Amino acid sequence: MRTLIIAEHNGQHLNEQVARAVTAAQQWQQPVDVLIAAAQPDALAAQAAALQGVSSVLVASDAALQHPTAEHLADIIVPLAANYTVVLAAHSAFSKNVLPRVAALLDVNMLSDVLEIVNANTYVRGIYAGNVLATVQSSDATQVLTVRGSKFAAAAVGATAEVKTISVPAAPQGSRWVAEAFNKSERPALTAAKVVVSGGRALGSADAFAQVIAPLADKLHAAIGASRAAVDAGYAPNDLQVGQTGVVVAPELYIAVGISGAIQHAYGMKDSKVVVAINQDPEAQIFKIADYGLVADLFEAVPQLTAAL
Amino acid sequence: MKALVAIKRVVDYNIQVRVKADGSNVDIDGVKMGVNPFDENAIEEAIRLKEKGIVTEIVAVTIGGAANQDILRHALAMGADRAMLIETSDTLHSLGVAKVLKAVVEREQPKLILLGKQAIDDDAGQTGQMLAALLKLPQATYASQITIEGDQATVVREIDGGTETLAVSLPAVITADLRLNEPRYVKLPNLMMARKKPLENVPLDSLNVSLTHNVQQLKVAAPPERPAGIMVKDVNELLSKLRAHEGIIA
Repeated sequence: MRTLIIAEHNGQHLNEQVARAVTAAQQWQQPVDVLIAAAQPDALAAQAAALQGVSSVLVASDAALQHPTAEHLADIIVPLAANYTVVLAAHSAFSKNVLPRVAALLDVNMLSDVLEIVNANTYVRGIYAGNVLATVQSSDATQVLTVRGSKFAAAAVGATAEVKTISVPAAPQGSRWVAEAFNKSERPALTAAKVVVSGGRALGSADAFAQVIAPLADKLHAAIGASRAAVDAGYAPNDLQVGQTGVVVAPELYIAVGISGAIQHAYGMKDSKVVVAINQDPEAQIFKIADYGLVADLFEAVPQLTAAL
Repeated sequence: MKALVAIKRVVDYNIQVRVKADGSNVDIDGVKMGVNPFDENAIEEAIRLKEKGIVTEIVAVTIGGAANQDILRHALAMGADRAMLIETSDTLHSLGVAKVLKAVVEREQPKLILLGKQAIDDDAGQTGQMLAALLKLPQATYASQITIEGDQATVVREIDGGTETLAVSLPAVITADLRLNEPRYVKLPNLMMARKKPLENVPLDSLNVSLTHNVQQLKVAAPPERPAGIMVKDVNELLSKLRAHEGIIA
């Protein structure tokens, strides 16, 4: 039997997490296919076909897939599933919208945000905001799961897998894409950045957030993140939120500025390689998970750090 | 239109749960419980839609033992009109929950089905999408804004890097993100009034839902702790420490 990866992309480029899902998929030691569903799939299919460890690329091409709905994607994936014992994707807002729908239509359970694949049907995943690791086993005939990309290395490129076109059912009528708005930024994407500088409630205002955090992020070519408290207070947009209710990051360097380190924030960054915390409160939880802690007034320490870089 | 809001009772989000010594499960004996935060956003949204005259009746539903009545009372105190406890001692995973909720939807025939985007205990985030699939209805997950006109809901969804707007025809399943609204506080008089609102206990068996238990939790463990870090005295010491890590900073 085979393993199917559902590829996320932005119309031009594969999401870098796809290569990580390909590595995760090797655990089943069976051929791995990648599904590209897109309006203009050729370049995307070529990118997927180049990933080492991919056996074939399935291409679903349809104008409606410029902005696919979960309903349409599920209708494409479900008929394919008879040929697969595993359907997986890297965990993201895209995959966690689509794959539960696929699993339910297949009448199987789904495992979300898997951290480790123990064997062909046993997994480790975080529960309670990652404060507990649960080992779970599924006896379903089709294993449907999303994997935490940062836990798996990216597959190398240089292969040339076969590309096959598959038929596409008509888009369901009930839902229609209207618009999208991406926060434009010259910075690297939060989930892909090597360095992340995050600000918390101690920044005190949106202006201060921008004036203190942005220059440091510029110097480090870093993505900017924020705690939920900072987002709730309106200092930063929601898509910068790092944590259980935001995005999960695992950069080489994570600098937490004025962040207390609540459970739900730690969930989103504790796999970072090196964690730096700058906070005025020596009792802040963040110091317990920081490699380097600096008790200081962030309005002095951060500009000093920026200037010294 | 009728709105059905499905909610879950979970450990309070401020509490750090512990693993039982034998690793069989988490220890939640005597721990403070409450409505899952995202589900509270779903209840609040239904109430706001009722205040706008769009929703006419709000039914809150949950699944589990008698202890779950407290979150249903909370939903009634917030402003739900009636509540339903689907009684079972079984532990259901998302697919099982979705199958039970499908039976509830078929009985109640709501036009709008609201849930939280994710429960903060199992962090699965699947039930809404699975319910929509089983009902063959449109879905709009991670909603940060819902506008209803006639038989159509326009939903702004939180996605990676921004937002997406979908138009879904009703009935539909919509899951709430935190920024959808700020749930109201429940005042004591509302809690008193909520006791007079109808709360129906429905045995799970009476719904004739066929459930399988194909997912087993084998064990739980605390995650490995990050090794203790060090405190630096100033920015210069911090910089020299960071420069000692190859390739982290230029």
